[in-house]
Amino acid sequence: MSPLDRTTAWIAVLASSALVYATKLAGHLIPRRALDNPRVTRTAGLVTIALLAALVAVQTATGGGAVQVDARLVAVAVAAVALVLRAPFIVVVVLAAGSAALLRALGWMA
Amino acid sequence: MSDSPEPRQALPHDPAVRSAVRTALSVSVATGLYGISFGALAVAAGLDLPQTMVLSLVMFSGGSQFAAVGVLGAGGAAGAVVATAGLLGARNGLYGVQVSALLGDRGWRRVLAAHLTIDESTAVATAQPGQRAARVGFWWTGVGVFVLWNAFSLAGALLGDALGDPRRYGLDAAAAAAFLALLWPRVGWSRGGSRDGAGDDLRTGRWVALAAAVVALALTPVVPAGVPVLAAALLAVVVGVLAPGDGTSEATR
Repeated sequence: MSPLDRTTAWIAVLASSALVYATKLAGHLIPRRALDNPRVTRTAGLVTIALLAALVAVQTATGGGAVQVDARLVAVAVAAVALVLRAPFIVVVVLAAGSAALLRALGWMA
Repeated sequence: MSDSPEPRQALPHDPAVRSAVRTALSVSVATGLYGISFGALAVAAGLDLPQTMVLSLVMFSGGSQFAAVGVLGAGGAAGAVVATAGLLGARNGLYGVQVSALLGDRGWRRVLAAHLTIDESTAVATAQPGQRAARVGFWWTGVGVFVLWNAFSLAGALLGDALGDPRRYGLDAAAAAAFLALLWPRVGWSRGGSRDGAGDDLRTGRWVALAAAVVALALTPVVPAGVPVLAAALLAVVVGVLAPGDGTSEATR
């Protein structure tokens, strides 16, 4: 992975943190009826779902600006099985990391 | 308050309030521990220790933090990082509306409550039977998660620095699994289903999740890092605004 430009990283960190806090505060300050429209609520829920699904896809199967299949795909499949079995959050994450680490140690799908 | 024979007792007699505190503590420990993976992933993505801790202390919203680190690590521009983390944090604004009605706080308490408004504190607060238990649930969960999340983020960042190549330990796969685990309850693949809707809305959510993943992968080779994720969000906005139904009636397949 290429080293991050420090200035870019700081701008991104500070600006995104400020925006996330401002969003929380705005929710506390605006009157409830302003967001009482179910379509607004539904759209916000769908945006969260789409972002998370896209992040799963990108983190699992891309690298260096291309689609890439490696140990991460198996690890995420293991995580999905753990989620079906209702494993706690931390267990899901640890199992996924462990699977990828094991496959790479064995030299498979590095 | 009743005339308690033990005025110094830490927990009040109200069983609903005691139950709220118990829930808050277990949620805090589970969520806090997971801060280890955030800290380790952040330094693995190239952030330094202060940057990692600013995200945990100031942004303080797990999904947005992982997204910021993911987009930065993939070489995304600052604008893409801000847009992705900001959009993912948009739900906190909706939580704020719900929570402020429950808390009824003003002034600095409201400013602090806004900072502690996250998935977990909102979930615990809104699940309580009465307003008193809801308030206790919100503050105990918010403060509990904040303290432990930051402590374990720090531990993870120090550990991640010491470990070296994150791929050797599968930390890149852990990030993907973390997003999957955050997505899971929202598309109703776990008990209780999504807080945001039920039935046809869940089906819409599943189709949006699938389409978002396909769009993100298809765009990855042709646009800069960070943009595929934003394109997926745009798709969700279009579906949310244009799809028939208002969230309570029939949605199309």
